[in-house]
Amino acid sequence: MEEILEAARKVADAADLFWVESRSIPVAFETNRLKHMQTKEARGVGLRIIKDGRIGFSATNKVEDVEGIVSRAVEVAPYGAKAEFGLPSAAEHPEVPTFDPAVPQVPIEKMVELSQEMVEGVLEGHPEVLCDAGASQSVVKVRIMNSEGVDASYEKTVFSIGLSGTLVRGTDMLFVGDGESSCRPIEDASEIVARVRGQLDMAKQEAEVTTGRFPVVFTPDAVAGLLLSPLLVGFNGKTVVQGSSPLVGRLGEKVVDERFSLYDDGTIAFRPGSRPWDDEGVSTRVTPLIDKGVASSFIYDLKTAAQAGAETTGNAARGSGSLPSPSTSVISIAEGDMSFDEMIADMKEGLVVERFLGAGQTNILAGDYSGNVLLGYKVENGQIVGRVKNSMLSGNVYETLNNLIAIGNEAKWRGGSLRTPPLYCADVSVARTEGEG
Amino acid sequence: MPDLRDQISQALKGHGADYVEVRIEEGESTRLLYRGRELEDVGMTTSLGGNVRALVNGGWGFVSFNTIEGLGARVEDAVRQARIVGQEKSELAGVEPIVDIVEPQLKKDPRTLTLAQKKGLMDEYNEVMWGVGGIQTTLIAYGDGHKKVVFANSDGSYIEQQRVDVSLRLSATARDGSEVQQAGVSLGSSGDFSVVEGLHQESKEIAEKAASLLAAPRVQGGEYTVILDPVLAGVFTHEAFGHLSESDHVYENDRLKEVMVLGRKFGGEHLNIVDGAAVPGLRGSYRYDDEGVPATRSYLIREGELVGRLHSRETAAKMGEAPSGNARAIDFRFEPIVRMTNTFIEPGSTTFEEMIADVKEGVYACDWYGGMTSMEMFTFSAREAYMIRDGKVEELLRPVTLSGNVFETLKNLDAVGNDLDMNQGGGCGKGGQSPLPVSNGSPHIRIARCLVGGA
Repeated sequence: MEEILEAARKVADAADLFWVESRSIPVAFETNRLKHMQTKEARGVGLRIIKDGRIGFSATNKVEDVEGIVSRAVEVAPYGAKAEFGLPSAAEHPEVPTFDPAVPQVPIEKMVELSQEMVEGVLEGHPEVLCDAGASQSVVKVRIMNSEGVDASYEKTVFSIGLSGTLVRGTDMLFVGDGESSCRPIEDASEIVARVRGQLDMAKQEAEVTTGRFPVVFTPDAVAGLLLSPLLVGFNGKTVVQGSSPLVGRLGEKVVDERFSLYDDGTIAFRPGSRPWDDEGVSTRVTPLIDKGVASSFIYDLKTAAQAGAETTGNAARGSGSLPSPSTSVISIAEGDMSFDEMIADMKEGLVVERFLGAGQTNILAGDYSGNVLLGYKVENGQIVGRVKNSMLSGNVYETLNNLIAIGNEAKWRGGSLRTPPLYCADVSVARTEGEG
Repeated sequence: MPDLRDQISQALKGHGADYVEVRIEEGESTRLLYRGRELEDVGMTTSLGGNVRALVNGGWGFVSFNTIEGLGARVEDAVRQARIVGQEKSELAGVEPIVDIVEPQLKKDPRTLTLAQKKGLMDEYNEVMWGVGGIQTTLIAYGDGHKKVVFANSDGSYIEQQRVDVSLRLSATARDGSEVQQAGVSLGSSGDFSVVEGLHQESKEIAEKAASLLAAPRVQGGEYTVILDPVLAGVFTHEAFGHLSESDHVYENDRLKEVMVLGRKFGGEHLNIVDGAAVPGLRGSYRYDDEGVPATRSYLIREGELVGRLHSRETAAKMGEAPSGNARAIDFRFEPIVRMTNTFIEPGSTTFEEMIADVKEGVYACDWYGGMTSMEMFTFSAREAYMIRDGKVEELLRPVTLSGNVFETLKNLDAVGNDLDMNQGGGCGKGGQSPLPVSNGSPHIRIARCLVGGA
């Protein structure tokens, strides 16, 4: 790595080098049986140079090819974007633990056992379900060097488990599933099993949906799958400097219900989305995007911050094969005061939605969302009465979050980078998609 | 790569597994990405890597890596993993060992152009789009890639293939206050740069379309007779039906086997659906798949009846059917899985005029925006849509979403046009492997009843 940076310095005004090396071992059950075991090793290095005020970039995993990587970056630099920013120098970073040496010590047999427990846990109560399940462990090493003297590295471990089930009856199919991810070993799969069994129980009956506007409870899965992208896209420095974010010029304005707060916080210990510094070597911090309903900050990397006349928020993300761009680290949505059960009890007629199909195909830049309900339940007179089929939700995320009835009092982690309670919203547009009458 | 061939054949000796394969890839790629007027990302990437996959007693082990030294130890690792997994009998459809070196046939190899030439052309398209009033931003994503893939297995196959892929996406975003609309086009080819040349007029039309969508009304949601243009009908074929034909979803799922039983009637006699990498010259075309199985051209639906499906060697053996050459991996980091190649509805004899003539009120939906399926349910979005009234295409609508149940919708497909056109801009995602070069196509088709929503 040193040689590449040294060679780049000779021909460029500034340079940074981003190195990622990873080893992951997933095991997978398919249709109730152990089917796959893999070992995936990968490494790669991306070189960004600034030459004559422009950005050049090249990437390779042939890391011995020092001359090739430098010469290709020089070749593209004359056409590259203008560099209106400088690279950071070495700095103190917050302590953010992301490595647990116990993860690579987890025996393969334990991972097989966890997966098997999940499959058997579902089959016990629902023998007709076909289960896919798996566990994986990985170790990632990240290193950054730049021409201003930065040379930093950290290691991260990630342990994930997941379970999904399919139930086919004639031409009808039901999909259920759940998963969990952490920087530390996950010892126990019973919570996931319980949630999937709960989904199967609630979906036992089918319930009718009519077209109209109804109160809807978005579970943490639904927040992740349907609402989050159209919401976050407006805060991304990239859409902001392009002028395509609907929030341009509106920081400080109330954009959603005042009970709603959303933070980007990559400093939370042992979350897979956390890190001490971002992929440009800038310290991670807590950035409120929405504070009590008010749009408070956008997220930036060095380049978009410079374009916007702002400071980077330490949100640069890149793989070894690409230039950085702004991306959220760990998103946290503040808890409210109503329990999930109270939300159900409160509803005369409405839906609880969990999983979607076709989300994100709408004009998400404007905050629009739309998706077929893949897994959701009908609520009548305060009780879940069955699974809904053939229904579609659509709307605008800003409107929906302005129609908040309540925020759940218990937040859950979804994947490695989102923590959210359920959101209970009024007046959501629900369309029955077929079989009318 | 004579040395490599020796190394591989050494590594494949004495492995003790039921089956082992080795795949080594070396590639280079170039990309240009414009957001707005700025060339935001320009980069060149090279890569080298490989994998070993082993089968023991029905269980698979897989090891991927970036250095090709020590292949023998990689084979041992993969075999060891497979042994832990395997608990039954290995089943793989028999394929004659093949030794072949395939040279690509390129009309206009993108590697013969300089970066400056490629950039010059994209600059021209961008200028044209920005010349249209009301444009907020544009996006141009150009990419080309070349890779050489060496495949060898313990059956004695040794195949070298080269794959060249070109893709381009042009889009324009128009804005008026808080109203934002997009229009765009996606193109691609298996190595012919000329498909991305000469798009100046098209660029202008894209920008004009985005601007005109701002003023377009939203569709009144509900059931309509819908005519799909070839691009959108191709996406429908891929998303709604094609994924159901992928046997890895079916072969261990008894209930789905019943649903997808060969001979089942899915549509009228006018309905014929084909998939095949042996259809030449398209983005999903190749000589051998990533298990070294020769490509085929297969009917999935013939005269309305399910007659075939897409297979890997394992799914073919387990279902007692012939391998179809559809096992594909996006690159060396992944195992091959059952994928589509070039998927299309064969043309019939109905003209567009005949198809639309007796539609009293309907929607003419064109061009794709995205699509997804979860077995029986599908959703796909049309970038462009028009009302049909009394047999005529009338006003432009905002983008619409079509959704429904695939079995019902195929039954409702009541007319197949005579104007097959292939869409080469798509990239398919499955099992974390995306975007895989595919093509899909269709003539105009009519669906008697389909749910249309505003997007």
